[in-house]
Amino acid sequence: MSAVQDLLAPTTEAELAAIIADRRRPLRIIGGGTRVQLPPGDDMMIDRLTTTRLSGVVTYSPGEMTLIARPGTPLPEIEAMLAAEGQALAFEPPDLRGVLGGHGAPTLGGMVAANASGPRRLMAGACRDHLLGVRFVDGRGRVIKNGGRVMKNVTGLDLSKLLAGSYGTLAVLTEIVLKTLPHLPARATLVFADMNRAQAVRLFSTALATPFDVTGAAWRDGTAYLRIEGLEKQLIYRRDRLLALLAAHAPQVLDDAATTALWRGLRDVTNFAGSDAPLWRILAKPTDAPAICTALHALGGATSLDWGGGLIWYAGPGSAAQVRALAPHATLIRRAGLTGPAFPPQTGPLARLQSGLRQTFDPAGLLNPGLMDA
Amino acid sequence: MSIAMPAPNQDVIARGPQIVAALQAVLPADAVIHDPQETRAYECDALTAYRCPPLAVVLPRTTAQVAAIMRLCNDMGVPVVPRGAGTSLAGGALPTADCVILGTMRLRDVLEIDTDNRFIRVQSGITNLAVSAELESHGFFYAPDPSSQLACTIAGNIAMNSGGAHCLKYGVTTNNLMGATVVLSTGEIVEMGGPEAGPDGLDMLGLFCGSEGQLGVVTEAILRILPRPEGARPVLIGFGDAEVAGECVANIIRSGVIPVAIEYMDEPCLRAVESFAKAGYPTCNAVLIVEVEGSADEIADQIARIREIADALNPVEFRESRNADEAAKIWKGRKSAFGAMGKLGDYICLDGTVPVGQLPYTLRRIGELSREHGLEVANVFHAGDGNMHPLILFNANQPGDLARAEAFGNDILRLCVEVGGCLTGEHGVGIEKRDLMSTQYAPDDLAIQMEIKDLFDPQWLLNAAKVFPLQASAAHRGRAAE
Ligand SMILES: Cc1cc2nc3c(=O)[nH]c(=O)nc-3n(C[C@H](O)[C@H](O)[C@H](O)COP(=O)(O)OP(=O)(O)OC[C@H]3O[C@@H](n4cnc5c(N)ncnc54)[C@H](O)[C@@H]3O)c2cc1C
Repeated sequence: MSAVQDLLAPTTEAELAAIIADRRRPLRIIGGGTRVQLPPGDDMMIDRLTTTRLSGVVTYSPGEMTLIARPGTPLPEIEAMLAAEGQALAFEPPDLRGVLGGHGAPTLGGMVAANASGPRRLMAGACRDHLLGVRFVDGRGRVIKNGGRVMKNVTGLDLSKLLAGSYGTLAVLTEIVLKTLPHLPARATLVFADMNRAQAVRLFSTALATPFDVTGAAWRDGTAYLRIEGLEKQLIYRRDRLLALLAAHAPQVLDDAATTALWRGLRDVTNFAGSDAPLWRILAKPTDAPAICTALHALGGATSLDWGGGLIWYAGPGSAAQVRALAPHATLIRRAGLTGPAFPPQTGPLARLQSGLRQTFDPAGLLNPGLMDA
Repeated sequence: MSIAMPAPNQDVIARGPQIVAALQAVLPADAVIHDPQETRAYECDALTAYRCPPLAVVLPRTTAQVAAIMRLCNDMGVPVVPRGAGTSLAGGALPTADCVILGTMRLRDVLEIDTDNRFIRVQSGITNLAVSAELESHGFFYAPDPSSQLACTIAGNIAMNSGGAHCLKYGVTTNNLMGATVVLSTGEIVEMGGPEAGPDGLDMLGLFCGSEGQLGVVTEAILRILPRPEGARPVLIGFGDAEVAGECVANIIRSGVIPVAIEYMDEPCLRAVESFAKAGYPTCNAVLIVEVEGSADEIADQIARIREIADALNPVEFRESRNADEAAKIWKGRKSAFGAMGKLGDYICLDGTVPVGQLPYTLRRIGELSREHGLEVANVFHAGDGNMHPLILFNANQPGDLARAEAFGNDILRLCVEVGGCLTGEHGVGIEKRDLMSTQYAPDDLAIQMEIKDLFDPQWLLNAAKVFPLQASAAHRGRAAE
C-alpha cells in the first residue's frame, strides 16, 4: 500500500458526480479540515476528496438576504464580503482550529456539514435554521437539489436540514444557499463575577425571559456573561433595563470592542484550546446543567457553559461510558486518545431509520465512513 | 376538477366492516366513526372543491391509541390519512374512499410549561392559538401564527411547516420546533429531538417537519417559546406604483431594521377591502403594512428609519398608529382581506414564493396572465420573505370556471419557479401542487424524496397519492402494493 492515498480535487459538480458514480472505494471528504479530528494515519488508508476547488460565490443579494456559494469557499472570505454590506451569518459559526489543532481555512461546506453554530444560536437559531437550500451529489453520483433560494419554502421533504450536521456522510454539498441578516451595529456585555453554575443558570433563565433580546448567555471560570446587541438606541435601553432588573448581582458592563473579543473567545471555546484532555460537547436542558457539571467534575476536568446552560463543554478524563451515563447527549469533539463512538449512540427504530437513510443516500458506504460512527 | 386521485383499493373497501371491527376492538367506543352520515364531516379540508368520504374516522386520545391504530392499519394494509383541523388549503387532509382518517383533535392536552428552559410540551391536536393563550399569563408566546390559528392544530402546523405574518423575524414552524413524538407506520413510537437544543446526530426532526403526513403521525410536540415583546406597532405606507412598493420592501430589509412583518396588498385587494371592510386605506396601487416591536422608544426609532426609507420613494401616504385603536385600524383591512375577497366570489389562494427582488416583475407578469386567462386576481401577501398569496377569483357555479382558475394558478406557480422561487412557501403541496412538483424538481430530486418515503412507509399507506406527482410515485406505490 502506498504511503499516502490519492487526493481528488474536482473543479465542477459534474466532475465530482462522475468521480463518485465510478467509485468503488470509500472517500474522505475534506473541506478546510478544521472541524473534525481524523484518526492518526487516516490519510494512509483512505483516498481524500477535497472541496477546495469547488469554490466561489455564485450570487450574493443583500436586499434579498441571500447568499449562494460553493462549499469550498473559505469562510473568512464570506464573512468579509457580508461585513462589507453590513450583514453577517447570524448563527455565529465557531472556529474550532484552536481546540482541534487544525491548520486549514474553514470552508462554507464544512460549516454546514457540521451545522456549526455559536453563542447566538440561543436567539437566532442554528446554521440549519439559516440554510435555505442545497445542491449535492449523493453516494450514487446523483446530482440533486433541495429547497431553493427563498426565505419560505415547504415544497417537498426538507433534505437541507438533514444534510446540515451530517458531516459529509450522506452526500457532498456542491452549492449552499444561506440566509444573511443585518449585522447588529452595537453590542455590550454584562459581566457577573463570582457566580457558580447554578446561580448562573438561574440568572440566564431570568434574563432570557425578558423581551430584551439577549443574544449570548455563557459562563466560564466563575463568571457569567450576558450579551445584548441591536441598533444603538435599542442597546442602551436594553442594557439599562437589564442592569436595573439584575442590579442585586452588581454586573459590570463591557463595551463594544471588549464584547466582540470576549464572545469570539467563548464561541471558539478558547478556554479548552490549550489542554489535551478529551473535549465533550454536551446538550442538556439548561436547568439540568449545574447538576451534570457537578457530576462531571467528580470525574476530574473542567466545564464551561453556553446557550444559557443548554450547551456544556467538558474537558476531562471521564470515559465515554461515564460521561454518557451522566449526559446522554454528549458528543466527543476532541478524542485525545479516547476510542469508541463520537456521537451519542442511537438505538431502536430511530437507529434503524438512520441507517436506512445512509443506505438511501450512500448505499455503498463511500462517503466519510466512520465519521459519524456508521 | 383537474386533479385526479388514483382508484381506491376495492379490496380494502370490501373489508371495511372487518377493519372497523378491528379498530373498535382496540379503541374506546366513541373513538371510531363509520356511519356515512358522520364520516361526511371529514370528506374535505379547506380545498373544498375536492371531496371524498373516508372508510372510517378514528379519534384517539393518547399516543398509545395512535400506535395501536397504526399497527393495525399496517397489518391490514389500510391507508391512513392524518388530519388536524382540516384547514389545509392544499388538500393535504383529503381522504380517499379506502382510508381511515386519523384525527388528532382529541389529543389536545398541555403536558408541561417550562419557562426556565423556554419550552412548552403539548399533545399535537391542540390549536395553535390555544398554545399562545396558555402561555400568555407566563409572559411568553409561540411565534408561528398562521392566519388560521384559531382552528389549525400544532400537528397540522408541523406537518405543513406552517408560517404566519410574523415569521420574517421569528421563522416558521421548523425553526421553533424542538421535539416531536412520532408514531411510525409500523406503530413504533419514536422521540425526535427533545427539550435540549439538538440535534447531535442526523436531524430527523428537521426531516419530519413539513413532511405532510408522509413519514409518520406526530402525537406530541415540544415547542420553543419566546418572551412577549413589550409592544408592537404597525405603519401603513401607500404607493402609487406597485413596483416602487416592492423597492421599498427591499430597501427596508437592506437597512438593518428587521420588522416582524411586512404585508403587501395590491389594488384589486384594496378595492375589495374598501368595499367590504371600510378600513379607510388610501386610494392607491399598493399598500404596505410594516410592523415593528420593542419598547415605545425602540419602536419610534425603528419607525423613524422606515419613514426615511419610504420618504425617499415618494409614498402617497405614510400613516403611523399612535395607539392601539389606530394600530387595529391599520391591521383591519389586512385581516379582513380573505373574507372581503370571499364576498367577491369564489377564489383559490396560491402560495408561491419568489426572491424579494423579483416581486415587481412577478406582480407585473401576474397582471398580464390575469388578462390572458380573463380572470381577476388580487395579491395580498407576506412581502418581507417574498411569500405571495395571489387570490384568483372565479365562479364555482359556472361550468369550466374552476378548471380555468386552476390553469391560471398553475401558470402563476410556474412563473414563481421560473424567477427562482418555489411552488409553496407555507401551505404545502398536498394534492394541489402535486403534479407541478416536476417543474421545480428534476427526476432525481424527487426520486430521493420518494426513497425516503419508502424507508419510513414501505407500504405507502400514509397519505399516499399526495406531495409527489402521481406518475412519478406510481412505481413506488405499485411496488408497495405487491
Ligand atoms: C383561512 C386560512 C388561512 C390560512 N393561513 C395560513 C397561514 O397564514 N400560514 C400557513 O402556513 N398556513 C395557513 N393556512 C393553511 C393551514 O391552516 C395550515 O396548513 C395548517 O397548519 C393546517 O393545520 P390543520 O390542523 O388544519 O391540519 P389539516 O388541514 O388537518 O392537515 C394538514 C396536513 O397535515 C397532515 N397531518 C395532520 N395531522 C397530522 C399528524 N398528527 N401527523 C402527521 N401529519 C398530520 C395532514 O395529513 C395534512 O397533510 C390557512 C388556511 C386557511 C383556511
